[in-house]
Amino acid sequence: MKETVKPRGKPLSGEEMKQVCHVVARPQVKYAWAVGVAMSHFLAGLKQGKILGRTCVQCERILVPPRMFCERCYRTTDEWVELPGTGVIETFSISYIDTDANRIKEPIFVGVLAFDGAPPHSGIMHYFGEVSQDAIHIGMPVEPVWKPGGERVGAITDIKYFRPREGARPSSNSKRRKRG
Amino acid sequence: MNNRDVAVLGVGYTNFNSVTPEVNWKELMFEAAQKAYQDAGIDPRTDVDSFITCAEDFWEGFSIFDEFTPDQLGAALRPMHTVSGDGLQGLANAYMQIKTGLFDIVVVEAHSKISELLTYEDVVQLSFDPIYEAPLSKGVHPYYVGGLEMREYLEATGTTEEQCAAVVVQNKRNAFCNPLAEFEAQLEVDDVMNSRYAFDPLKALEIAPRADGAIVFVIAGGEIARSLTDRPVYVEGIGWCSESPWIGSRSSDAAYVKRAAQMAYRQAGIENPQLIDIVEVDDQFAFKALQHLEALGLARPGEAGYLMAEGAFGPQGQRAVNPSGGSLGCGHLMEASGLARALEGVLQLRGEAGPRQVEDALVGVAQSWRGLPHGTGAVAIFSRRE
Ligand SMILES: [Zn+2]
Repeated sequence: MKETVKPRGKPLSGEEMKQVCHVVARPQVKYAWAVGVAMSHFLAGLKQGKILGRTCVQCERILVPPRMFCERCYRTTDEWVELPGTGVIETFSISYIDTDANRIKEPIFVGVLAFDGAPPHSGIMHYFGEVSQDAIHIGMPVEPVWKPGGERVGAITDIKYFRPREGARPSSNSKRRKRG
Repeated sequence: MNNRDVAVLGVGYTNFNSVTPEVNWKELMFEAAQKAYQDAGIDPRTDVDSFITCAEDFWEGFSIFDEFTPDQLGAALRPMHTVSGDGLQGLANAYMQIKTGLFDIVVVEAHSKISELLTYEDVVQLSFDPIYEAPLSKGVHPYYVGGLEMREYLEATGTTEEQCAAVVVQNKRNAFCNPLAEFEAQLEVDDVMNSRYAFDPLKALEIAPRADGAIVFVIAGGEIARSLTDRPVYVEGIGWCSESPWIGSRSSDAAYVKRAAQMAYRQAGIENPQLIDIVEVDDQFAFKALQHLEALGLARPGEAGYLMAEGAFGPQGQRAVNPSGGSLGCGHLMEASGLARALEGVLQLRGEAGPRQVEDALVGVAQSWRGLPHGTGAVAIFSRRE
């Protein structure tokens, strides 16, 4: 049984809210996190245009970003390996909203890719670029687009984004709904 | 409550250092955890039922810190939770999980990576009441609360500043015999007295320096511990307590420790705390060690300072207090400070304390204080049950 509830009163305006007593503070917090053994090598590799991973011989995975221990086997990882950098898209989202929740014209493609030569679900999250909403799909082969050597600082943003690789299917055959 | 007993099956730890730029916090925790599992002779992926981390998001610098702990503890896809408090409060949670029979083996981790917080004073400031107390603390180092509490304690008990200075001398000297400690020093009372007032009457050398480090305890039901190790150390009782946060209504006798101790002593069946052999108290400020000793019932009010200055709590004294060097000698390890106190208790009761080994120690107490500006403490009783 539905009853219509008539709203009582009215929402407070911004001016009225100011009459409520508040204490306003802005915390001063600054940190400098040591990146650690594994990520130091990884970030140094990015500066040289290399993507490095750590192997675990027990579960036969390559961990990227690298870790000094395997969380599945609980053991120290074994060796450094360089990955070709190419891979396939495992999942993605197309963001039409910026951090202030405003609608943006050029959507941002974010997602996860699996590197060639590494098993699934051990890939990294990154941006995708030079690709349309219609073309992007799970399984799409991609390759990194690096910043020029002189601009690289040893950060994950030294890779600008991943783009469709030569030989990638031109459009998706997935059942994804087209955006108008 | 059932009669199941609870024991420490294994311990693991890193060194305690003022800075640790060579590893990140995950790698620091991994080192301590791996050593603890080796010590306990268990595989965390199959043998541990529950994991507990003690951490405070503001110390770490990112929110929902507990989500970042499973991998390095072996806790991925296992029951895991965080206690936002000192390591002994985490130990209390493990104790309950085992005592109730819910779990058989529980891991407790606590750590400090405090060297990575560049605005430590500002974060301590943030723990003041934001509406009343924080505006009064602008531009003042928040440790002035230590000065307030110390003056009140000295006045109430007749303890002298020199007696407080004796705590620094003893703990920094004890630290020479602890390979984990970094802040050992050969000082005299005059050196401490001549160090500058930081927060009159609290002097610079009476404040424990901060340090990084990680400690992991593996806790188990007594019957399991007995089957896996020939040197179980039992957790005979554990208590914890919080005072009102108002600085203006704070006790001068560490009532939070008195209450926590009553709870722990009752569980452990201790009627006379004077029978405890190994004592590790919180000494983030030198006077706190004296205040905490009195709150634990190990000295009458006003007596701890005299006994400390006489050497009664030294390695050759009637009872060893902070043979580890305490926080003054090892560094203040933030949420891991309580586990550092407990670690010394376990090593002593196992007979593994090396050059600082106290002979024939049977019962130990570890006590924590969560730090300024608040009044939360915990007390744990350990024994090796001869
Ligand atoms: Zn593995």
